[in-house]
Order: sequence, then C-alpha cells, then structure tokens
Amino acid sequence: MNVKKNIATSEEGFLFNPATGDSFSTNAVGSEIILLLKKGRTTREIVDEMCSRYDVDRVLFERDLEEFMTILKEFGILE
Amino acid sequence: MKRLVIGVTALNAIDSPGPGVAVIRALRDCHSFMVRIIGLSYEALEPGVFMHDLVDKTYQIPYPSAGTDALLTRLTYIHEAEKLDLIIPNFDAELFNFIKLRDKLLQMGIHTFLPDINQFEARDKMKLAAFGKKHGLCIPKENYVHDLRELKQLEDELDYPIVVKGKFYDAIIAHSFDEVQKAFQKIQAKWGVPIILQEFIKGTEINIAALGDGEGHAISIIPMRKLFITDKGKAWAGVTIEDEQLTELAGKFVRITKWRGGCELEVMLTNDGKPYIMEINPRFPAWIYLTAAAGHNQPAALVKMAMGEPVEPFLDYEVGKMFIRYAWDLITDIKEFQKISGNGEL
Repeated sequence: MNVKKNIATSEEGFLFNPATGDSFSTNAVGSEIILLLKKGRTTREIVDEMCSRYDVDRVLFERDLEEFMTILKEFGILE
Repeated sequence: MKRLVIGVTALNAIDSPGPGVAVIRALRDCHSFMVRIIGLSYEALEPGVFMHDLVDKTYQIPYPSAGTDALLTRLTYIHEAEKLDLIIPNFDAELFNFIKLRDKLLQMGIHTFLPDINQFEARDKMKLAAFGKKHGLCIPKENYVHDLRELKQLEDELDYPIVVKGKFYDAIIAHSFDEVQKAFQKIQAKWGVPIILQEFIKGTEINIAALGDGEGHAISIIPMRKLFITDKGKAWAGVTIEDEQLTELAGKFVRITKWRGGCELEVMLTNDGKPYIMEINPRFPAWIYLTAAAGHNQPAALVKMAMGEPVEPFLDYEVGKMFIRYAWDLITDIKEFQKISGNGEL
C-alpha cells in the first residue's frame, strides 16, 4: 500500500489531505513509518528496517504496524 | 492609480457575519486600484460601521421591505455626496431590490456586477430541487410548508432528523415532530413563510466560493472545508482544499446559469463521495477573504469586471490556507453611535 500522492506530510508527523481538508498528527515512530511508505517500501521492508533501528519484538511490531496501516487506510491516507 | 468609490453592504461582523467586512478587506489588499469605501448599513450597531480603518464613511439605508423607491431615493442622496462608482450588495434579502435597480443605478454612473432576475431565481431555495433535477445535480429532498395545518398533514411522511430552514436564513435540525413544530414557529416569526423541510444529509460540510463573469465562465472557484462550526452552523475556521469534483460542480453551476458575480455553494459531501448541494447563496460568503489569501482575490476581480476591465480566470490557488475567525471588542464613543443612529451617517 502506498501513501496517496496528494497527501502532504511533514517530518514532525503532520499529515494534510488537500482533497478533504483532514489533518492528522502521528508520533515520531508513525512519522518514520509514513516516510518509509512514501519511499515505496513494502510492509516486510518496513518491519525489517524498524526492527533494526529499535529494540522491539518483531511479532508485536508487525501487529502494531498492521493496526496502524488499517487506521491510515480508514482515514484515506493510503491507496 | 485609479481611485474607486465603492459602496458595500453587510457590515454586520457578528457571530453569524455578513460578508461586507471581508469583502472590504479583500478590496483593500488589491494593488490595482485605491478605494474609498462607503459602508451601507441597516442597523446602527453593525460593527463594520465603526471600523474606520476599513470603512471611510457609512450611511444607513432602508430595509429591503421598504422597496426599491425608498432605496433609490437614499442611494441618490448618497451618490450626490460620494460619487459612487460601484455598489457591492452582500445580503440575500436585499439583492432583489438591487437587481431591480441595476439599470437605473448604471444610468446614474453606479456600476454593479449582479446576476439578472432569472439567474437569481434559478438557485432560489424554493426552486433548488427542480433546478437540481433539471441539471442532474444532487439536491436533498424538500417540502415547502406555509402554515401549521400543512405541516400537520406531512407528519406521517417525515423522517428524522430533518432540517427546518427559513427562506432567507436559519436552519434547525429537528429530531421529532414536536421539534419540527417549534422550529417552524421560531423561523416563521423571524423570516415568514414558506418554511423548507429538507432531508438531513450526513457528511462533511464544504463551501465553495465562485465568481462568474456572466458569460458562463468561472473566474475563480475556491472550495473550503469547514473545520469548526458554530451553533448557528457558520464556519469559525476553515481550510482551502482541492477536489476536482467540487470545482467541476461549481463550474457547472456558473456555466448553466451564466452567473454574474459572486456566489457560494453549500455542499454536503457524503462518505461515499456524493456532493449534495444544500443551498446556493447569490453573493460572496462571509469567509471570502480566504479566497484573497489563497491567491484569488474574488472581490477585487469582481470590481474590475464591474468597471469593464477584462479579467482572465485565475489558475492555481494555495491549498491548505486556513482562516480562523475571532471575536474582538471594538471600543468606540457614544457620540459615534449617536451620529449613525441619529443622523444615519458616520
């Protein structure tokens, strides 16, 4: 899944959907994930990258990522 | 630089504001001409009357119910003193009179840039459903009610919630027949009949400010998503957005009506993406300054067209430009209030 092309993102994790006017804030980790999604990384690549950056249980992270992606899709951030 | 004397109405910058102050602010931002602003007020306590950095002089004018003769007499007096080049009326309720006087005003040397009566009436609240049906636009189902007996006859047909609306202003969401009756009486007392019972549409509130050249071309279209809505349903904050479907919708309205002047489409965008037109206002909205801030100064473009200058359609605008309205206690002297309420001028 990719971040929609028109979604404006900032390094601080602020997202703005210019088609709807919706805006969202994520924490630092969310911001990193969105940046990786924008670079076209797959879910597996994101899991690999984040698990190498942080001391996190892989299964737990995969579950959290799935939940986060579902929220992003619900809010129209992902296509 | 050219100096224009421009009369502007709707100086009621209150919690349900008229567009006048925002229009003036946009005009003063334009560097193509200088302006002397003549405020035209109905009430002595319209805040814009006392905003001397925006409004150079204000004259009270008769209420729309006084008719065109009374308005023309007053405007003739004001014109003798001020040599008006242009008037921009901004209230729904006064537009009919100004449209009727359009030719007489032009003979006096006062320009306007208004729709004609047919264009004006095509988007009237009472005719909106038929207008939508004719042109394939999504409009909520509506009933028009003239008295309580008629309302009672509809009791079994109504689905709740339902929106009870006045012919000019006001809208109340009712959740039962009892609430419908109360809303009916409240709005009837203020704006008369008919009262509109409109299907409640759930979705995101979007308003679109558009400016038509009278030939079917849209000079500017700016959609705005309401971010904060007051208990009167007014946007207290909003952001410009970019949505081709909404731009096309406003462009279609301007094209089929050959709209001349400013207008506002109030749209409810449902979750499945259907844009329902809730209302079309025949004048600039109170948030019109946002269009200037986003790069399309619609009031300034209207002035140029009214004065016969060719105006090319605007292209890009800034998406994500926000406005946040605020309340401000303007301090003045009782002598000022005395002048406008006693002499009708300030």
